[in-house]
Order: sequence, then structure tokens, then C-alpha cells
Amino acid sequence: MRELKILAVVVVFTLITYYLVEPFAHGQMHKHTEFNNFNYNGKSDIEEVEHKIAVAKAANEPTEELEKKLEEKKQFWADVEKIAQLQGDVAAGEGTYAMCQGCHFEGATNMGGVTPPSLEHAGSLYDKKYLIALVKNPAMAMNVDHKFKDPAMHPMGAIMGMVTSDQDIANVVAYLKAKKAGEVTSKEAFVEACGRCHADRYMKWTQVGFRPAAKEDIKTGKDINMLKFEQKVAEEQKAVAEYMGKLPPDLSIIIRARSEHFLKTFVEDPQSQLGGTAMPRTGLSKEGYEKVEEFLADSGDAKRHERAELGPKVLIYLLIFAIFAYLWKKEVWRDLH
Amino acid sequence: MKDSSRRGFMGKAFGAVAGVGAVASLYAMKKTWDPLPSVKAAGFTTLDMTAYEGNVLVTEKWRGKPVFVLKQTPEMVEFAKKKNELNRLIKVGNDYYMIVLGLCTHLGCIPGYDAEKKSFLCACHGGTYDSTAMVTKAPPPRGLDIPPFKVDGMKVVLGEEGPEYKKLLQEGVTLPV
Amino acid sequence: MAHFTKATSLHDWLNQRLAVDTLRRVLAKEYWIPKDINFLWAMGMVLAITFGLLLVSGIFLLMYYQPNVNLAFDSVNYTIMKEVEFGWLWRHIHGVAASVVFLIIYIHMFTGIYYGSYKKGRELIWISGMLLFVTFSAEAFSGYMLPWGQMSYWAGMVITNLFSLGDLHMNGLVEWIRGDYVPGQAFLNRFFMLHVLLLPLVIMALIGLHFGTLRIPHVNNQEGEEIDFEEEAAKYKAGKKAESKVIAFANDFLAKDMFVVSVFLIFFFYLVFYHYDFAMDPVNFDPADPLKTPAHIYPEWYFLWSYEILRPFSTNVGLVAFGFAQVIFFLLPFLDKSPNAKPAHKRGLFKVWFWVMLVDMIILTAMGKLPPEGIFSTIGLYAALTFIGLWIILPIITKMEKEV
Repeated sequence: MRELKILAVVVVFTLITYYLVEPFAHGQMHKHTEFNNFNYNGKSDIEEVEHKIAVAKAANEPTEELEKKLEEKKQFWADVEKIAQLQGDVAAGEGTYAMCQGCHFEGATNMGGVTPPSLEHAGSLYDKKYLIALVKNPAMAMNVDHKFKDPAMHPMGAIMGMVTSDQDIANVVAYLKAKKAGEVTSKEAFVEACGRCHADRYMKWTQVGFRPAAKEDIKTGKDINMLKFEQKVAEEQKAVAEYMGKLPPDLSIIIRARSEHFLKTFVEDPQSQLGGTAMPRTGLSKEGYEKVEEFLADSGDAKRHERAELGPKVLIYLLIFAIFAYLWKKEVWRDLH
Repeated sequence: MKDSSRRGFMGKAFGAVAGVGAVASLYAMKKTWDPLPSVKAAGFTTLDMTAYEGNVLVTEKWRGKPVFVLKQTPEMVEFAKKKNELNRLIKVGNDYYMIVLGLCTHLGCIPGYDAEKKSFLCACHGGTYDSTAMVTKAPPPRGLDIPPFKVDGMKVVLGEEGPEYKKLLQEGVTLPV
Repeated sequence: MAHFTKATSLHDWLNQRLAVDTLRRVLAKEYWIPKDINFLWAMGMVLAITFGLLLVSGIFLLMYYQPNVNLAFDSVNYTIMKEVEFGWLWRHIHGVAASVVFLIIYIHMFTGIYYGSYKKGRELIWISGMLLFVTFSAEAFSGYMLPWGQMSYWAGMVITNLFSLGDLHMNGLVEWIRGDYVPGQAFLNRFFMLHVLLLPLVIMALIGLHFGTLRIPHVNNQEGEEIDFEEEAAKYKAGKKAESKVIAFANDFLAKDMFVVSVFLIFFFYLVFYHYDFAMDPVNFDPADPLKTPAHIYPEWYFLWSYEILRPFSTNVGLVAFGFAQVIFFLLPFLDKSPNAKPAHKRGLFKVWFWVMLVDMIILTAMGKLPPEGIFSTIGLYAALTFIGLWIILPIITKMEKEV
């Protein structure tokens, strides 16, 4: 039938145009980054240095330092693998954990640019191998070692002098995995894993806590507690901004501003998507990431459930609408042919 | 006949008078779209160059953007001469100044200045610039851009395009911003 | 004074005062449309419905939107998307319709080009349609500024910069348009005014004009046949409907239109609920930041072909080519010298011209989005040259065309 042929032509040209300006163009604009399924084994870190070496060689630049870095990274992640095989002693780990609490406690204050996060759910939020790497060498685990000449200069670098033996590392990680692995809400996941640097104004989160409800003085119209809170936020933001180079972005609506693939590969290894970024790897496990993602979706795409529910209803209605339109057309055109 | 031609004339005359009114109101409409005086005033920033000290970075603001002003010490001028970057500096009186937009030419972060090393570091992606704001380490594609300026005695007006600025544009030392 | 009698019914009462029967006869019952048409003839109705969707959804967005540089982003993304009941639905409808309306406009335009519906008395239909296209473009652009996201800001910056006209350095003109040196409060406010008042008024007036231009030459048909509408209408009225070459606008044409509209709506609401990203660019969910240029700045897909004509050339040549692309479609009825008002497949070389033009514009569209590097910028350059070349040879190949 002629009309169907014409329709096919229109549809084909529309789809070709769509393919070219959407999937194809975006594929060209954003480099593809492989997703490692929240498996932290240093693969992407090592590849990153190898890539840098290849680039330097192509430009005839010296590569000795990069070669050294490569060896260092390979050794580091091999060591992590080795520690992961050790049997951790939970009871012994508790003793080591007391040292962590020197900095990581409820109400901790900013240290060297960032406030140490609560470890209350560290066992459920973070990957085991990542935690091992983190205790062994924080800068290396977070893949921000390029920022520090001496890894001990990292805000968490002191741990390297405190927990030194492989067995101690295995113990403390075993403790976290056993005792700090309770049920975690999406809110707790975001606050502990992201909320020290990132605000989320749609969820009223600031770097120092949730914004309290406003309560103005009836006589002055001013809210002194809020002003004090704002000052605290401003001070914390300044410290974070100075440490990171700029204030990390508010994540209110990041769920719509980045693709799903970008977000998870970025969280897995920030350097892979944004070379040189100051953002550290947080080491979220698959379950931990899902919780964070849920929080971000509640923040930036709150009506997604409503949308998913309404969609089929509207489409079914329109199908019925189309059937009636077709029957009416047939009736009207009966004596026109 | 006479009457009707006169009627025709008055019709045209009325049209002409109405046209004058329409054009006059167009003028008012055009002027209403002009930038407001307060907006215009905020578009120019006048810097008093006597107030700066050598090798102390001061961040000014122009049209909502940070502008770095760095008065050059004699050693810094020597350095610029050696690197053939003297043309990136602006001479006011007997002194040389670096006046640039404080936005990294890579992705627009604000670099920080290290007075000891006399160099800028962009914390976002690790780009560095020397004391004339010329790029010394990628990823930034070029040195920091110089805003339009006009030297006026010991003052520099940002936002006006003086002959010195036009020359820099022509020589490709900076890009228009 | 007209003579009024006591009304026998509400209908009679209205008829005496408003001549509703006459209106219905002239506008619907005896407004004749050729019978030999296909679904592409329903695109006008599809456009009217889409415009209606834009108008209605826009009214509800307007109730909560704040045209202020500090509030605009959150009034859209927080108030409308999170707080207002069904606010997300209005916004998705508005955003998707703004994109889809251009798809339909392009289909409508290429239908007109293919069937020669701009010739022999139908020139004004084409020209008023092109005026609508330009006004819709301005409406889309001004609307894109309003959420004050990164792409709003930077597209606003880049597009208004075009008015400096290259080496003419008309910075005064750019600043006049913006009301500031950079896009700011004055800029947002005036584009808000254009988007919600002035341009919709112009669009509605132009839609009236577009309908008016159809009245005397009548709608074209699939074979480009010259129909004696009075004779065919007489047959229809005499009851020989099957024999007549015309149908009435209502309900004959309308019934077919509404079926096409219903299919379109299924497609449209599928996009609204499940596939909206193409029309609501993720980059625009980052708030406008004058200090940070996004890695890639590109216009919405429907502007890409003309944007690409600008891009591969040096600034001044590019602007001339861009200006050429903006006006040249207006001149189509006068550049096509052929005596035939027939569909392209009956017109020899013009058929080739049509398909090459369509493919070339799709290539331009694709290259306009891709980063202008390497092979893409070369392809873009050749596609732009092809576009210009096609318009230069159009009068020549159509002059050579034999009458059929």
C-alpha cells in the first residue's frame, strides 16, 4: 500500500537522523570507559599510567618517572591482592579500629581540607579490597597519588605509619566487614560516602549536615541559629574548596545531568572519566553504590515512580483513542470511495 | 474631481503623520532594550596600578569574572624577557603587570598562585602557568586570556579596548573574550 | 439595523447574531479538500495539535517559573519537577513537544517541496509557512534559555555572539540584544518576554495567515492534478460523493486527520514517558555557570544543519553562508522555474535534487553535532558546499524541465 510505503520512508529517514545526532554523536563525544563492576583491583589505575607512557613516548618525552610509577602501582595492587587472601581476625581488628576512631567519630571536624567521614556503615558501603588498599596507602587507593609527592601528606596519610603489618590491615578490614556492616539507608550512604564534599540542596544537605528548619525571631525577623549554621557551612566549604581546587558540585540533580554509565564509572574511578580530577575514588561496593544512586534519584528525579506508573495508562488510553479514531474515519469515508 | 484628489492627499498626509509617530515610538522601544546605566557601569572596572605590590597576586572582578593582577618584580621581568613573553605583560608607568582573566583556558577553573614558585596551578586538572600566565603544563591549550583594557595614566580600565589591547589581539597574543 | 425575530432555539438565537450556520458552511462543510491525498496531508493538523500541547503545558509551567537568574533553575528543576503535582508531566510534554514540533515541521516542509505545493498560486502558503518556521525557531531558542542551565547559558552566549557579524565587530548590537555584556538578568527577562508573549502572538497571527493563504489556491493533491473545485463540489453536493474528486473539510478530511493525530500521539507520549533525553539535554541539568564552559556546545538538533553551514568556513564567510541558509528557503517558489506543479517523481532532475537535498541536510545535521575535528569537519565542509551548490543549480535544472 502506498501510504505505508511513504510512512516507511518517513520513519527510516527520521531514525537515521536520530541515530546520527544521538547515539552516534554522543559515542564520538564521550570516550568509552569500561565498567569494572565495582571490582577494585587497580586495573584501570595501571592502564591509566600505561596510557600516559604511550602518550609520552609518542611525543618523545621522558618516561622514566612514569615507568617507576607503573611499577609502584603494579606492586601496590599485587600487595592488596595478597592481603585480601589473609584470614582477618575480627577481635584483633577491633583494637586497631580504635586508632581509626581518633579521627573518624561522630562530630569530627575538618582535617587538612576534609572532615573524616563516619565509618558506621563502612563494611556495607565499601568494597573489601578497596578498604585494604585504603589503609595501606590512602592516596594510592583513591587514585589521587599524582597530587601528593609524599603519600603521607594525604589527609589520611598518617594511617600508613599506624597500621603497618599486612595482618593488621587484614584484621581491621575484617572488623569493619563484620561489625560495621549493618543495614544502611540511602540517606546514610550518601552522607557517609559523598556528603563530606558534596552538598545536595534539593535534599537540604550541606557539607556539615542537614539544614535545620528556619525559625526567625518574631521581633527581628532574623534567625540567629540559621546564620550561625550558614557560617559553619561557609567555613567548611572554604576548607574543602581550597583542598580540592574548587567547591565540588552540588549533586541535587546530577542523576539527570549525567548518564547512568557515566555516574557509575566515574564513582568507580573518577580519573577514568575526568583525567586529573581532584575527586578521590570512594571505593563504593555495588550495594553501596545502589544506595547512593537511590538517594540521588530521590533528589533529582523524585517523580520517576509516578512517571513509570502513569506511562502505560496514558499509552493504553491513546491506543483506545486511536481505535475509535480509526472506526470513525472508516464510517465517514464509507461513501467517499 | 478636485474634492476627491484632496481627500486622497489628506489620507496620505494622515498616514505620514501616523508614520512619524510610529517611528518615534520605535526609537523609544529600541532605547528600552539598551543595557541599563547600572549594567554599563558594572561593565568597566578601573584599576589603580599604584596600589599593587611586586609578586603579590590580587584578584579583581570584571563582568562577574575573576581578573588576576600580578605586579612583576625585576627578576620576573628578566624571566619574561628570557622566555620572550614580555609582550604578555602590560606596561604602566615604569612597571610591568600581568593582567589576565583568572580562568583556566582548559575548563574554566580558577588557578591558584604560588608566590614562592612564581607559578599558577589549576587544581582541577593540573595545568600550570608561569608568572606571565603562559601555560607551562597541559591540558590548558594556551596561556590565560587578557581582558580588553585601556591604559590611562597610572590607571587601567578593564572593558575598554585601548590601542595596546588591539595590538595584542592582532599579534595573536590573546584571544577576544 | 438588521432585523431580528424572536429566536426559536439557542441555535437560531446564535445564528441571527453570529451567522453560525454560514460560518460552519464556509469553514467546514463546504471547505473543499482534494480526495487524492495521503497521511502527509495531515501534518498541518498534527502541528496544530502539537502547538496546542505546547500552549497548554506552557501555561501551567508559567504558573511556577521564576524569570530570575538566581531562581530560574531551581524553579524548574525543584518547584516544577519535584513539588508541583504533574509539574514533571507538563515539563516533559513541553520539552518533548518543542523538539517533535520541528520534526513535523520538517516533514511538512519536505512534503510541500516534494509535491510542488509552493507553485502556481500557492507561493504565499510556502512563504507564510517559512515565516512560521523562523518564528518557531526563535520561540524554541528563547524557551531554551529559560531553565538557565549550562546549555541555556552557553548556547545563548554563542548564538547572540553571531550578531557581532564577524569582522564588523558589532559588539554594540550583541550587547543591545543581551541588555548586558554577558547573558544575565536583563537577557533572561527579555527572552522570557519574547517566549511567553510576543513570539506566541506572532505565531498565532501567522497561523491565521497560513490558513488564509490556503483558501483561494486550495490544498494540493498527490498527483498535482488541477481540479475544478466548483464542478467537483457540485458533484459532491449532488450526492455523487464517490465520483467527486473533493471531500469536505469536516468531517471527511477531519476524520482522517484525527486518525493520523491519534497515531502521532502514541508516538509522542511514548517519548514523553520513556525517551525524553534527546529533547532535554542532560547538560542543561547543570546550572548555568559563567565561569565554566561545557566541553561541547551544540544547539538542539533542529538547528544543527544551519549551524553546520556556519562552522566549516572562516568567520566572515561562515556568517554569509549562514545568512544564505536562513533566507534561501523563502525563495524556493521563485528559484524553481519549472512550469510543472507536480510531485518530484514526475519531474526528472528535480527528483534527484530533492533526495540529494534531503540527504545533504541530514548529513549537515549529523556533522553539526559532532566535534569539528578531522574527517567530520571535512564532511561538513563538503555537505555545506553541496547545500549551496544545490540552490545555485536549482533554477538551471528546473528551467530545463519539460512540461508534463
